[in-house]
Amino acid sequence: MSILKHRETLLVAVIAALLALIASRFPGFVTPRNLAAVFTDTAPLMILALGQMAVILTRCIDLSVAANLALTGMTVALLNTVAPDLPVVVTLVLAIGLGAVMGAVNGILVWKLEIPSIVVTLGTMTIFRGIIFLISDGQWVNAHEMSAGFTGFPRIEILGLPVLAWIAILAIAVMALVMSRTVLGRAIFAAGSNPHAAAYTGIDVGRTQFAAFVISGALAGLTGYLWIARYAVAYVDIAGGFELDVVAACVIGGISIAGGVGTVAGAVLGALFLGVIKNALPVVDVSPFWQLAISGAAILIAVAFNARAGRRQGRVILKSAEQAA
Amino acid sequence: MSLADPDMTPVPRQIPDRLGSPAAKLLKSWESLLLLVAVGVFILNCFASPYFLDAWGLSDATFNFTEKAMIAFAMALLIISGEIDLSVASIIALCSTAMGLVMQAGGGTGLLVLTGLGTGLLCGAFNGVLVTRLGLPSIVVTIGTMSLFRGISYIVLGDGAFRGYPEGFAWFGQGYVFWVITVEMVIFTILAIVFGVVLHKTNFGRQVYAVGNNSTAALFSGIRVGRVKMILFLMTGLMSGLAAICLTSRLGSTRPSIAAGMELEVVTMVVLGGVSILGGSGSIPGVVIAAILMGLVTFGLGLLNVPGIVMSIFIGCMLIGVIAVPRLIRMARGKT
Repeated sequence: MSILKHRETLLVAVIAALLALIASRFPGFVTPRNLAAVFTDTAPLMILALGQMAVILTRCIDLSVAANLALTGMTVALLNTVAPDLPVVVTLVLAIGLGAVMGAVNGILVWKLEIPSIVVTLGTMTIFRGIIFLISDGQWVNAHEMSAGFTGFPRIEILGLPVLAWIAILAIAVMALVMSRTVLGRAIFAAGSNPHAAAYTGIDVGRTQFAAFVISGALAGLTGYLWIARYAVAYVDIAGGFELDVVAACVIGGISIAGGVGTVAGAVLGALFLGVIKNALPVVDVSPFWQLAISGAAILIAVAFNARAGRRQGRVILKSAEQAA
Repeated sequence: MSLADPDMTPVPRQIPDRLGSPAAKLLKSWESLLLLVAVGVFILNCFASPYFLDAWGLSDATFNFTEKAMIAFAMALLIISGEIDLSVASIIALCSTAMGLVMQAGGGTGLLVLTGLGTGLLCGAFNGVLVTRLGLPSIVVTIGTMSLFRGISYIVLGDGAFRGYPEGFAWFGQGYVFWVITVEMVIFTILAIVFGVVLHKTNFGRQVYAVGNNSTAALFSGIRVGRVKMILFLMTGLMSGLAAICLTSRLGSTRPSIAAGMELEVVTMVVLGGVSILGGSGSIPGVVIAAILMGLVTFGLGLLNVPGIVMSIFIGCMLIGVIAVPRLIRMARGKT
């Protein structure tokens, strides 16, 4: 546990060092106001990373989150053009529900048919994108077609922070509670670290994976509405490739792809790390085209680092022999 | 119970007179099912559009799968060995960018080809070293290099493009060997035979299956597991380089978004071909038929004016369906 703690403090230190480095030349970047803006900008990534964390902890992966986000976003945007006066609460519930249903589709295929999650979510990723095209007919939904209440909600400021940031904070708090204080949270860790042992203790591994996918889907649906409302536009390719950023945030945050190892703080810090880099690039006058390569390099460094940290632990002797093979 | 036990009366056991004949086995195999579907789609296409049965049209249609299939052969071996490479489309982008740079520096066709293949090998080596030497999971490594390789292309090209490849270079993607037989089709056929022989008729092929079924047991039986996997990553990189040459030559330009999303189609092709995503089983004939089947479906839907993104729904459903349907049937049988 001390090593895990060490890992998060290390990540905090890296982010702080990064901020200090930028601040040494561009002090404007670290004003509370700008840091709050960076946090808000990273909110969607953080929310998605929380869901992805739950899935990865159970030894699965969800590559369909970005497509889920886009499909939910497009659906609520189209709904808004038809019924502009729908209360925001209803939209939120609909978005979360729709996302959860898509997550459940992934989950059922993984649970009942035991299809590897990477195959399932690669498939549903393209299927969801295709459905967006079918329902939108390839058209964009633009800002003037959405109602002011719909697009304004994530921007309402409460105590100096927009609702978008507060929702992220709420999601972090809820997930932290679920992971540490509920039966489901325990089951997720158990199913990931040793599925056989989990089965013997009466945990249904498949059902736990299903639950993780539903959580991931619900959070993706929630982000779908927030994303569309924030950018006030919806189209087929929205958030294209964002699933890689989400996985990257988790890997950087120290969540082991082999399952069972990871924390809520790790997922949040991993997302923040990417968010700081993304927001700092234009400030330090580096072309935004560098971002993809930097996040790729960050994934590789993080996963190499994780593997070394994991090896030092020397917990499971047989497994390391297997890895040496 | 041992046979030497004198008290034990031997229980007559039904032993079939002959094992299932090879022909019956062949008929029931995944490959023949695929072939049947492919023939069905071909016939459907004939009815669906009067423009389908045309030698030149069909020849053009092969471009739908030849480049992807080149990578799919190497990917099949890699997946059989229990690893995966999601960075192949990004390797294409990086190879194409490298070729563009060489072209701008005045390199000729020969040098361009060497650059493409060399860059592919280097990318494969990079993946391979991270997976085999550092023992990292290939799925995370290649998700990382997927961003890294394409990211480098974006750094070099930004929103620009390389154009103006030499005329001789166009031969790979646009040339014909004779009549309607394209250069790519010939490369595809040769590779299918080479990979088929390597996987099914050589020691190395046996080792690939052994590694995929149980890498610890393979190690204890004297197979250098790390080296087998390294070779497969190199091979996948090399084939991605070759596909980059063909694709760049065919398009005549390089953009950083080249071949975006192709890794999905390559993996689909391999899984559709009957290769187990968990490793240990699969065949090259299956991948060949799957490649042709996917080409036929894409071409047929294209003739019916179905937009590309809707085709991707079909491909996504195919990917899940080919694994789900046999399992559903087995479950239904198990219950009755």
